[in-house]
Amino acid sequence: MRAKTIDRIATGVIVAVAVLIMAVLASLIGYLLFRGLPHISWHFLTSFPQAIKAGGGIGPQLFNSIFLLVLTMIITIPLGLGAGIYMSEYAKRGPITNFIRLVVEVLSSFPSIVVGLFGLLVIVNTFNLGYSLLSGALALTVFNLPMMVRLTEQSLRSVPQEQKEAGLALGMSRWKTITSVMLPVALPSIVTGTVLAAGRVFGEAAALLFTAGMSSPRLDFTDWNPLHPTSPLNPMRPAETLAVHIWKINSEGLAPDAGEIAAGASAVLVITILLFNLGARWFGRVLYRKLTASK
Amino acid sequence: MSHNAFYTKNLSVYYGEKQAVRKVSMEFPNREVVALIGPSGCGKSTFLRSLNRMNDLIPAARIEGEVWIGGDNICDPNTDVVRLRQRIGMVWQRANPFHKSIYENVAFGARYHGTRNRKELAALVEQCLRKTALWDEVKDRLHQSALALSGGQQQRLCIARSLAVRPSILLMDEPASALDPVSTAKIEELIAELKKDYSIVIVTHNMQQAARISDKTAFFFLGDLIEYDDTQKMFTNPTRKSTDDYISGRFG
Ligand SMILES: Nc1ncnc2c1ncn2[C@@H]1O[C@H](COP(=O)(O)OP(=O)(O)OP(=O)(O)O)[C@@H](O)[C@H]1O
Ligand SMILES: [Mg+2]
Repeated sequence: MRAKTIDRIATGVIVAVAVLIMAVLASLIGYLLFRGLPHISWHFLTSFPQAIKAGGGIGPQLFNSIFLLVLTMIITIPLGLGAGIYMSEYAKRGPITNFIRLVVEVLSSFPSIVVGLFGLLVIVNTFNLGYSLLSGALALTVFNLPMMVRLTEQSLRSVPQEQKEAGLALGMSRWKTITSVMLPVALPSIVTGTVLAAGRVFGEAAALLFTAGMSSPRLDFTDWNPLHPTSPLNPMRPAETLAVHIWKINSEGLAPDAGEIAAGASAVLVITILLFNLGARWFGRVLYRKLTASK
Repeated sequence: MSHNAFYTKNLSVYYGEKQAVRKVSMEFPNREVVALIGPSGCGKSTFLRSLNRMNDLIPAARIEGEVWIGGDNICDPNTDVVRLRQRIGMVWQRANPFHKSIYENVAFGARYHGTRNRKELAALVEQCLRKTALWDEVKDRLHQSALALSGGQQQRLCIARSLAVRPSILLMDEPASALDPVSTAKIEELIAELKKDYSIVIVTHNMQQAARISDKTAFFFLGDLIEYDDTQKMFTNPTRKSTDDYISGRFG
């Protein structure tokens, strides 16, 4: 009888907390969408921003955000997979490995403004890459990489040991066993985690202020030669991303419709990240089915 | 000893300081079934796993002594464990098919070891599935996930999978202990059949099973090999009293 009462109270508390969290989340997203959605149009998504006139868009910023994300992922995914495989399958257990793991954890919880300043000092100045997409991508790598490493390591560790033994007992090399037996099992969670990390990159502003910069050159969307200074694809040009743009027009926007633009851009950001999350789940499932022939 | 002999000599296995197997020397005759019996924790699995260097995966495990297979001492650190394990199939207590299709489970290892031709591969898969009496049950769903099979089918698939890389020895660690009587009977039939082509070492807790399927039986106790003889003799007239006690269930 007593146990039952306690159980009921505990259930009630848990449900209440869950409802509260859901309510906060829903109102937050609802508010953002309510304010931003009316302002979103094809024109808004594709046209250039205006400094002092109304009616500016966020085209270049949206492009910059996506391109920066792609660059970051091109750097992070191979490095993160490699390091994660190493940490879970090859590193000898011991104080050194544990220390590396600790460093990785600390790095992943670094405040992003610190990462940004580090990027300014080391990447922008010392390595002289200037305010550029590449600098931004490298700075984002600094705090995306640890997540990627940890994610890969944990996903591989959660693959049952028997799977690994089965591969090895068939006379497969360690590498073959990891890539063909264990990775397919671990891949869905790696993919999901990667896309979630990508969402974080997409919304990041602080780390980019001093690395990718707060302005873009006047981009020429007809010039796709990455070597030209005004080409959108040039990785060495400065680039203001969507999140940075929101921060900037909110703090110093001069256009009369700055408020609406910020709201619209925020809504775009949130929607994109939501799409990322949904896409990640879907893609992870499809991939798993494809690799494992399961229904 | 003949050139092809498969035997251990003073084989000891330690986990850190603890000795799990003590100086075991035994020979496994060609194309016969050897059953390893003994109470839980006496080192049967540990011994079995040292026959294909599976204990390498456990960082604390250390092996002393020799295991000779086809003229090589596989405990030699220079042994190519990848090639060694191809010659030795292994089956576990819990079926562990790959998270792949039924076909892929069998084809995968064979393809890795050089059977690339599609037709040849398909023929090999069929042959292995027939040998394990699984073909008729799965031939219509070869490309569906192996995880959807029943436990007994999964276990037979795991056996088929190890046959596909053409080993000469099969190690089985309680392959039927998680299965129902019908599946168990199928596995036992299978072992009797496989004996024609392979040397088989099987760990079992089931005395009737050991008596039914094995040619020789080895009794382990606390890491020692107590007695090793023809199954017939072990079960009717064992030399050591503890063997008799264990087999007849009078063991604490
Ligand atoms: N990975 C390990 N690390 C440390 N000790 C181990 C490890 N695996 C087994 N042991 C110990 O080695 C001894 C032998 O274990 P083993 O698994 O070989 O016994 P077994 O005869 O197969 O038992 P069972 O019939 O229960 O499967 C046991 O005392 C066990 O505690
Ligand atoms: Mg065991």
